[in-house]
Amino acid sequence: MASQIGSGMTSASLSELEGAGASSSENLLEIRQLTVGFPSRRGVVLAANHVNLSLSASRTLGLVGESGCGKSVTLRSVIDMIPKPGEVLEGEVLWHGRNLIGRSAREIRAVRGRQVTMIFQDPGASLNPVYSIGDQIAEVFRIKLGINNKESAERTTDLLKSVGIPSPEKRARDYPHQLSGGMRQRVMIAMAVAPGPELLLADEPTTAVDVTVQEQILSLLVDLQQSSRMAVILVSHDLAVIGQTCDEIAVMYAGYVVERGSRDDVINSPRHPYTQALLAAELVFEPGQRRSHLDTIGGQPPDLADLPPGCPFQPRCRYATTECAGVPMVIDRPPPEHGSACPFVEAPG
Amino acid sequence: MGFYLIRRVLQSLMALIGISVVVFLLIQLVPGDPARAILGPKASLSAVAALRKAMGLDRSIAAQYWSFLTNALRLNFGFSTLQQSPVASLIWPRLGSTLLLTAYATVVSVVLAVPLAMLSALRRNRPLDHGIRLATMVTFAMPAFWLGLLLILLLSIKLTVFPPSGYGVGFFGHLYSLTLPALTLGLGLAPLIVRTLRGSIVETLGSEFVEAARARGFKEARVLRRYVLRNSLVASVTVVGVNVGYILSIVVVIENVFALPGLGSLLVTSVQNRDFPVVQGIALVLGAIVIIVNLFTDLGYSLLDPRIRLSGHR
Amino acid sequence: MAIASPSAQPPSFVGLTAQSTYRIDRLRKRATAEHRFSTLAIWAGVFLVVIVPVVSLLGPVIGFGHPNQPNFSAILEAPSLAHPFGTDSIGRDVLARVFAATPLDYEVGLLTTLMAAIIGILLGGIAGYFGGWLDALIMRVVDVLIAFPFMIFVMAFVAVFGPGLTGIYVGLTTFGWAFFARVTRAEMLVIRERQYVLAAQTAGLRTSRILRVHALPNVLRPNFVIAMASVVWNILTLAALSYLGLGVQPPTAEWGSIVASGQTILITGQRWVSTLPGLVIVLVGVGFSLIGDGVADRFGYDFRLTV
Repeated sequence: MASQIGSGMTSASLSELEGAGASSSENLLEIRQLTVGFPSRRGVVLAANHVNLSLSASRTLGLVGESGCGKSVTLRSVIDMIPKPGEVLEGEVLWHGRNLIGRSAREIRAVRGRQVTMIFQDPGASLNPVYSIGDQIAEVFRIKLGINNKESAERTTDLLKSVGIPSPEKRARDYPHQLSGGMRQRVMIAMAVAPGPELLLADEPTTAVDVTVQEQILSLLVDLQQSSRMAVILVSHDLAVIGQTCDEIAVMYAGYVVERGSRDDVINSPRHPYTQALLAAELVFEPGQRRSHLDTIGGQPPDLADLPPGCPFQPRCRYATTECAGVPMVIDRPPPEHGSACPFVEAPG
Repeated sequence: MGFYLIRRVLQSLMALIGISVVVFLLIQLVPGDPARAILGPKASLSAVAALRKAMGLDRSIAAQYWSFLTNALRLNFGFSTLQQSPVASLIWPRLGSTLLLTAYATVVSVVLAVPLAMLSALRRNRPLDHGIRLATMVTFAMPAFWLGLLLILLLSIKLTVFPPSGYGVGFFGHLYSLTLPALTLGLGLAPLIVRTLRGSIVETLGSEFVEAARARGFKEARVLRRYVLRNSLVASVTVVGVNVGYILSIVVVIENVFALPGLGSLLVTSVQNRDFPVVQGIALVLGAIVIIVNLFTDLGYSLLDPRIRLSGHR
Repeated sequence: MAIASPSAQPPSFVGLTAQSTYRIDRLRKRATAEHRFSTLAIWAGVFLVVIVPVVSLLGPVIGFGHPNQPNFSAILEAPSLAHPFGTDSIGRDVLARVFAATPLDYEVGLLTTLMAAIIGILLGGIAGYFGGWLDALIMRVVDVLIAFPFMIFVMAFVAVFGPGLTGIYVGLTTFGWAFFARVTRAEMLVIRERQYVLAAQTAGLRTSRILRVHALPNVLRPNFVIAMASVVWNILTLAALSYLGLGVQPPTAEWGSIVASGQTILITGQRWVSTLPGLVIVLVGVGFSLIGDGVADRFGYDFRLTV
């Protein structure tokens, strides 16, 4: 099943470090018990529920799940960009061992856009329409790295070239609306890697672009990652994209992390019923083909304001029993082992 | 872009002609005989007939309009019946002070409105926002002349900071004397700008590129300046442009409150004395100014928003 | 053995991200708050708009002195119980004059607005419905009118018709219809589009009924908002013109002319003649603005002329 997901191009992303567990002191990023709540008329809803994740340098972590599962919120909480009125209710985000939650705006800004950068789903909407792209990239150099104008301009041209934009000197003077979607996404990636970040957060970067562009972007990300020691967290609802590019995968559902492990482990031997259902829905998969798996897993997506006690996947799970109402939703094995929140089901085969 | 420019200029020309038609037709509306109206009921018939001839009222309407238009294009607006001098010579000296006051007032209103709009948008639906909106509503309902008198009371009589009337000497003297009038006008115009600008800023604040800018770790001040305000500039330029007519209307009143030597005071005396050529001349000049300003603001968009510049439309 | 413990009823926003879900909730909360707020605004506005004429009409009944009767033994008296707004330079009670001016200002404000609305809705409806060169012509005229400085426009009419109210009536009406026309035309275009859709779906007769039930309120509501702003604008213009001496002629009382009569004595410290009547103008203006804004908020319109 796994060999049908993803083409071979990303074997480069399978780092030799796979499986060689890094101790927590080497972890670049550690998310511990992160819980994010949003007020609603029906009470406080937990968009992220005691999320535990970790990541080391040069690794790519994929966060996968359907819309509303909390992957975006988790991603944004790393750099304190949770949309209001959401708030972090519990937990820590440890960056190089230091907790970022509750830090002053100035301290966060030292990390944000410099050590940790982010790219968004819709490249057209994420660029300032009234300044040229060269201007905007140079701005990152000037403000975040303190480089003077002349050198910023030079670096901008180099950077544009390295992300694959032809005739960069000319293109730098263009405005976002003059570029195609794929080029705009490259520009956004360029802006994100300009400060030489240690971690890149990618929020559904391939969702809003067509399939050919998707391939280009993913390979660009992989290339960039190889030349630096940049770690990446890639969020997507598309399991194929995640499978193509990530070393480690965490599957989320209704705000919980339900399964976590290396790419091969999760895809070849999924331990959680939700992951199994996701993979089953993918079936035979051609590169370039995208399927929505919302309609192939039976039942409705979870209503976060009205979850059943215990495991939220019960209504749609083929193995559900009365004992599921008592499941504590904790991953049973510590990283880097392949853990699942379901104590009952084992991997097929 | 060139095509857009040409089209826009043609539109302006048509509007200018439209105004000239309207202004010209006004005199045709005078019930009875305009010459009689000017000279009064006691004037002799021959005097009235002579005036009619002098005013060219005995020709066909089309002919009258044609000479009216051609004269206007050569900046000849006829003769003032009251002061026996060319209308143009009455208008030009006064045009400067009117324009200076208008520009000054626009600057004041923008300076007042932009921070208020920004505050209002940032603290949307919180007490400060509601307070600002209420204040703008009340200010808008204030008659300009009354507001002017209040300011004179406060800043001229109680605290003698500014002169209550007059135009002053020299450029800075002018500015000093114009401060109270400009402040009055600015307070009257600011509500309109705050309203529109607030809406535009609120919209921009929710944009993804603003969020992306924050994600790049820029200081909030930079985000507000380069990403929010800069994108809302078009909206504020629009508001000012659209309201030039309104501004000029209030300027006319204010000039009388503060006894300024501008077109406003000339207009009032002309209306009182039914000096039609002067009224027409002023209406034409001010109407033309509105159209020209609108033309420039439209062209100004292309400077502000590159999407318009390069394709001629949004 | 699977357990079915589904949520009772999937809410309508199922499937959206957490962010969108809660933005929707927030918006819903805000919507109800705004609804209450806008209703409050409307009632406050109605109160202000009604209280002024009511008090003005009752005033003389209670016996406040005559608005036009000079009383040289009571010149320039400061506000007191006998003369709450004081007296002016020939001894007339200022409050009585303000009361007397109320019907005049209201009449001009409301009548000109009504006439302008009728003309504007008609022309705008025609423009929107028939389209073509008629539409283009009417809209050109509208554009020119709206851009033109209105005060000068009205003043020109005053010059034509002589001092007094005739010129003001004609001028305000001839200027005001443009705003109604513009809005009506926009609504008419929307309605026309719907008509084609409806005609495709229903039999011919029912279309006209649907039009009447849905179209008419859609046309009247935005015009109502414009009308409220127009009343404010017209009253302010009347006041300004009377202040300049181009409107009502003495001894007729009008709020603006009363303010004018007090200007020269400001410097000698007798401020009540100029300042207090202005407050009445503001009250009335705020009243109509509140109604217009409240209705606009309630029905989601954005294009107010007032704030």
